Amino acid sequence: MKRKEYWNQKEMSYWEKLYYLEIARGLWVTFSVFIKNLYKWCTGKKGALTVYYPEERRSDYASNFRGKHKLTILENGRPKCIACKMCENICPSKSIKIVAGKSPDEKDSYSLKIPLSFDLDYASCIFCGHCVEICPKDAIIMTNDVSELPTYAREKLLYSLSDLLESKKDA
Amino acid sequence: MIADLVVTFVFILFAMVMLLGLATLLTWVERKLSAMMADRIGANRCYVKIPLINVKLIALGLFHAMADGLKMMSKERFIPKDADKFLFLLAPWIVFAPVLLMFALIPFGGIIYPEKIFGSFFAGKAYLMQIAPLDGGALIILAISGICIIGVVLAGWASNNKYSLLGSIRAASQMISYEVALGLSLLPMVLTYGSLDLHTMIVAQQGSMLGGVLPAWGIFLSPLTAIIYLTAATAENKRIPFDIPEAESEIIAGFFTEYSGMRMALFMFAEFAEIVIISCVFVVFFLGGYNLPYWDFAGSFPRLAIVLWPTIFFIKVFIVSCFQILVRWSLPRFRYDQLLTFGWKFLLPLAMVNITVVTLFLWLVQKHQ
Ligand code: SF4
Ligand code: SF4
Repeated sequence: MKRKEYWNQKEMSYWEKLYYLEIARGLWVTFSVFIKNLYKWCTGKKGALTVYYPEERRSDYASNFRGKHKLTILENGRPKCIACKMCENICPSKSIKIVAGKSPDEKDSYSLKIPLSFDLDYASCIFCGHCVEICPKDAIIMTNDVSELPTYAREKLLYSLSDLLESKKDA
Repeated sequence: MIADLVVTFVFILFAMVMLLGLATLLTWVERKLSAMMADRIGANRCYVKIPLINVKLIALGLFHAMADGLKMMSKERFIPKDADKFLFLLAPWIVFAPVLLMFALIPFGGIIYPEKIFGSFFAGKAYLMQIAPLDGGALIILAISGICIIGVVLAGWASNNKYSLLGSIRAASQMISYEVALGLSLLPMVLTYGSLDLHTMIVAQQGSMLGGVLPAWGIFLSPLTAIIYLTAATAENKRIPFDIPEAESEIIAGFFTEYSGMRMALFMFAEFAEIVIISCVFVVFFLGGYNLPYWDFAGSFPRLAIVLWPTIFFIKVFIVSCFQILVRWSLPRFRYDQLLTFGWKFLLPLAMVNITVVTLFLWLVQKHQ
């Protein structure tokens, strides 16, 4: 017997060495898949295992998937964020820009500082989640929602405070 | 005289439209078929927006061929600094032109009498639906297909790039090796039909055999020959599983690494046009050309035949092209040594044996008569 060229070299039978029969077998595999998908397509079912992203989205994103951010709010509708700028500092890609300001309510029991603007640039965000980890008030969280992230213009990826703020009925 | 010119011109027009149209269509078919074989969706992004009503016409991605063309045309036409400019510009055309030339020899219909339909302008004339009815058609097809090699080698040499050169060296050794098998694979059919003229071959394939069960097509007369031809022709066309001259994962794009824009498109288009040509030759040699089995419609509807012949030919060519795409998306690439071993140690002896068997068989048949 000839020595093997490598350890798991397969012994080919006489029929396999003829090559054409094995090719016919391989062609049959692809052809049957094709016919199966063609039949599904003709009967209006979906044959492809892939989805038509972004119009169509898989439903099985993990619940802890790091997608778009959200700024949580208090009961009275005020954002939980106290404009401490911890997230702005830790962000490795410098995607967050916060302008802090005074709360309109002089005797605000929660915090006297509020974010006047909170810009998050998804064009540079790497979805690392550091901002969520560092936030002392759990004011910023990440959801598993990725809708509208694929766009044709960079400007659309710049999210402002109102875009990020959780709406009242979500809370 | 003028009638002859008109008819030839119409034939050339039809041939161009069919060849280039089918080649363009095949770029879409290849995407879609491969997607369906791999459980994907395939080309579906390109659309044309109908004005005013805001409807996006996707048409299963058919517009991708158009988008491809636009994109290719708007690319930079790049020539490497140290390239041999003249040869660099010439090479794509040497690859592309023979493919178009070959179609001149393919008969896509029987003998027509235009007088019956178009009146006395064509009085007393009969035309074979073939641009160049030559006696040695089979030989000339083989000869012209050999020219492509020169273009491929030139492209690799002239672009002054290591990958290109590697690709063209591979192409030279591969295409010349398989050229031998290609020629030998057509020989048994030439012996069987007793002619080198392609139209005579098609006429010889009319009728049926084995008591009317099978049509007397070449593929049933000698299936092995058909398989050998298809293998050698795929290798000639440098498509997977024989695509080592342009193996993307090894040498970038092989001999056309340095080409861009429309010049690259010429190489790609030549490949698809050659699929069509291979299918045409296959249909002529093995699938009875423009005829239907069991039913001689040209006898029953002589007027309709002028439309039916090319249509049937077209459909057959399309099916064979689809088969080639199926092969391309099913098989992995050969290694260089495997490729040459397969060509010289397996395919060539097989073709020789095939010729011997066919010759002996024909000799026996003739002795019995
Ligand atoms: S997820 Fe990471 S990159 Fe994105 S904003 Fe938060 S800290 Fe910055
Ligand atoms: S770390 Fe939290 S509280 Fe501080 S600025 Fe960022 S979101 Fe607001």
